[in-house]
Formats: sequence, C-alpha cells, structure tokens
Amino acid sequence: MPDRQGSAPLLDVRGVTLQYKTRDHLVTATYRVDFSVLRSDRFVLLGPSGCGKSTLLKAVGGYMSPVEGEIMLKGSRITRPGPDRMMVFQEFDQLLPWKTVRQNVVFALETSGRLRGRAAEEKAMQYIDKVHLTRFADAYPHTLSGGMKQRVAIARGMAMEPDILLMDEPFAALDALTRQRMQDELLALWDETRFTVLFVTHSIAEAVKIGNRILLLSPHPGQVKAELNSVARDADPRAAAALEARIHDMLFLDRVEEDADV
Amino acid sequence: MSEAAMRPEIVRPTRADQDFGVVEKQLTPFERLYNLAWLRKSALLVVLALAWELYARQLDNPLLVPTFGDTVSAWWGAVASGVLPARAWVSLQVLAIGFVAGVLLAGALTVLAITTRIGTDFLETMTAMFNPLPAIALLPLALIWFGLGIGSVVFVLIHSVLWAVALNTHAGFRGVSQTLRMVGRNYGLSGLRLVIRILIPAAFPSILAGLKIGWAFAWRTLIAAELVFGVSSGKGGLGWYIFEAKNQLEIPDVFAGLLTIILIGLVVENVVFRTIEARTIRRWGMQQ
Repeated sequence: MPDRQGSAPLLDVRGVTLQYKTRDHLVTATYRVDFSVLRSDRFVLLGPSGCGKSTLLKAVGGYMSPVEGEIMLKGSRITRPGPDRMMVFQEFDQLLPWKTVRQNVVFALETSGRLRGRAAEEKAMQYIDKVHLTRFADAYPHTLSGGMKQRVAIARGMAMEPDILLMDEPFAALDALTRQRMQDELLALWDETRFTVLFVTHSIAEAVKIGNRILLLSPHPGQVKAELNSVARDADPRAAAALEARIHDMLFLDRVEEDADV
Repeated sequence: MSEAAMRPEIVRPTRADQDFGVVEKQLTPFERLYNLAWLRKSALLVVLALAWELYARQLDNPLLVPTFGDTVSAWWGAVASGVLPARAWVSLQVLAIGFVAGVLLAGALTVLAITTRIGTDFLETMTAMFNPLPAIALLPLALIWFGLGIGSVVFVLIHSVLWAVALNTHAGFRGVSQTLRMVGRNYGLSGLRLVIRILIPAAFPSILAGLKIGWAFAWRTLIAAELVFGVSSGKGGLGWYIFEAKNQLEIPDVFAGLLTIILIGLVVENVVFRTIEARTIRRWGMQQ
C-alpha cells in the first residue's frame, strides 16, 4: 500500500453516536465511532448483525444525523442525502421498475442535475458498458437476474461519479458463484477508475477480499474494535487466510455475545 | 457412528437431441383456439344471447321481456337516428367533469396526507366517514344546494370518485419500499418532486386500481342520478333516455339503453384501462 499519510481524509467520522427509535425502544446503534476514509480507499465496515454498520452507512448517506459527533465530507458537515454520496443497496428493488436500464442511469444523472440530454446518455452507456450490460440497456429491471440488477445499481452509482460510493451489503442476496464474480468485477472496476468506496459487509472473507482497510465493529452498541490493513491483492492466499482467522478470533472472542448475533 | 458406505462414482455422457421423444411440439388447433380468452368469452356471449332469445319467444310478452332481436333492432334504430349517441355523449361529458375533478381533489388530499401527519389523520377520518355513504344518498341535498343543473350531478360524482381514488392512492404511496424512497432522496429529490418522480410511478398499480373503482362508482352514480331527476339544462343523458322509454312503455328501448351502458362500461374497462395497464404496469413487471 502506498503511503498516504500526508493527504487530508476525504470522509471524516468523529465520535459518532447514532440512535434510532423503534416502536417502544430508543436504540443506540453506534457509540463514539471514529474513522477516516482517504481518496481511493476501499474501506470496509465489518461486524456481526447489530453492530450498527448499516446505520453508520445511512448516516454517511445523510439519511439520519448523529446525536453526538460529526461526519465531514471534504471538510463540510453532512446534513442531508445528496448525489455526491451514491448508495448501492442490498435490495434488488433499488432500480426504478418503470425505467429501462439506460433510463435508470440517465434519470439519476438528469434528476440530480449532473448532466443533461446527450451527455447524460453517453455517460450512462459508458458505465453500462463497464459492467457488461450494453446488450441489456433497453431491458426493464424485472427481466434481469439479481446479479444484473446489482450491476446496474453499481453502474448508476459510478456514473454519477460521486465523491464516495456507499455500498450496503450489495452482494449479500446473491448466490455464492455470482457473488464471487461480482467481487472480482468490482475490483476490476476499481483498478480502472480508482473510486472511493465505503463497503458494509458481515462476511470476513468478503471484507479481506474487497477492502484495503477494514474497520471492525463490536455489537450492542456498535463500537470500534480495531482498524486493520487488509492484505495486498496479489499476496499469498495464506496471508489472507491468516488475516481472516485473526479477524474471526477478534470478533468472536466474547462467546457470550455470539449467541445473540447468529 | 460409522462411515457412510462407499459407492462407485457415476458420470454420464450428455444425450443427443434425437434420443428424446418430445422436446417441443405444437398444440392441436382446438387447444390453441381454446387458449384464446376473447374467443371463449365471445362463445359464452353467443350462448347467453341465444338463451335470452329463446326464453323471450317462449314467454311472448314484449312488455316484460322483449326478444334479443327486438332489443338489437331498437338499439340499432336509436343509434342510427342519433338519439342514443347524443344521450350517451351528454352522460359522458358530465361524467368526465366529475371524474377529473374527483381525481384532482383526491390527488391533492393524498399529497397532503403523505407529507403531513395531520393530513393523514384528515384523509383517514374523511374516508372512514364518507366512503360507506352511497353518493346517490347525497343527491336530495345536492339538489337543494346546487339546483337542478349540472352542478348537483357533478357534486355527487366527485363524492363517488374522491374517496375510492384517495384511499387507493394513499395505500399505494405507503406501500412504496423504503429503498426506492431512499434512492429518490439520494438524487436530491424531496417534497413534491419526490412524490411526482418516484412515489406516483412506484404506486401506479394501486393508483390505477383506484381509478378503475372510481370510474365504476362514478358511472353507476351518474346513471342513477339521471334516472332520479332526469333532465339537466334541457338535455338528458342515458338515464333519462331509459326513464323516458319506460314511461312510454317502449321496453325494447329500455333494454337498448341498458345495453349501451353495458357497452360503454366494457369499452372503458377492456380498451381504455387495459391499454393503460399493458403500456405501464405490465410492461414494468409490476403486474403479471
């Protein structure tokens, strides 16, 4: 990994406590979480369910505001959702069903005011091509497979050329083979454009594979347990396996909590 | 615990196509014809018309039940003379005014309902109160308020459309997934822009269902209102046509009027709404 100590962080999360209300409880999702993401980072939030990683991502997306601490993007505080932070969700219904693949991407570009007309069309096709869906540009989402829908969502997010791409377990609902292929494709896309991504997952293997930096969260409420460097992508597979084992031990040290999180 | 028994592995070569008996075969002509819904329904209609004709002939009392043939010729005569189309046109014009006004009001109410909590309470209370009230029950009151003109009919039409459409649209809006809303907000949409660009298309199946119900309610209410108080501003609609024909004991004409109501209903349901459905929600995969 190149040394990036000198550059200012792109995303700075400082002492963030998040709370949300259910019908009869006030739940603290995360407690005083700190981390910062640099440009071109593949930053992974990893933890068992209940560690508030998705809630944290929503807060970065601007869908909820912290009760304590602050989230800064390029030096300014995040207050509302916006096209500079594009979300890719886990759910397949994140595409607008009344628009074709191409229209979905174009709609995002035009509605957010990024591009208009021909320029939007061209940008859309450029990114649809990047995810190998050119043949399906005029297909409606309901005719696509789950993996293809997620590829469209990724193309849509990337076409907006946001400061940071927020991915909320985007491959969790896919079958194992498709998931593996999507992970490889995502890394290939990163090699091409070096986008910054904040990636949420509960899979240790996925975190080690996708990320260059991994934030480990412990549950109830979510707190930072560790912030680790992942292994280089061309490293010995045994190094990755060793890191996975190390993370596994760190996360499941407290056997008591494990039962509640299965 | 013992090891599972060892068995030899099996690997089979893929068979060639010609080894299978049937891979794909066309159905017989009868099976294919029977699969056509419109053909099955048309055959049913022919059977019903025949039964009607036979029963009417056997009864032989044109004042109670005219034959199918008489009805059709009365209908054709009224259509050819231009009376029936003119009456139908009057009815449809009034209907259009009431329907459009009702839908617009429903839209305004639902937007209010999803943007504010008090709006939701208002819509829920109003629909709970007025939805069970048959529109025609308001007609006497409307006559006092708006007089014998078109105004009172439009008033009851709005009442019949408004609650059904508002209820369905509101349910549709609430059914839009959280993910889609978040996607819309991600693009920087909020307020009315979010409603128009995300919520309305996403809730379109429910909205369309509401429009269909609203149309059916309005159509019935209109005919009933015309039957009750007939002529408005010198020109009568279909209901008035039926009422007049009954007074003159022209029973085949009564049947012709009813037939026209059925025909218009069928055309709106099977042509207008079916086309909208095919172009929108079925194409988008929101309805099978």
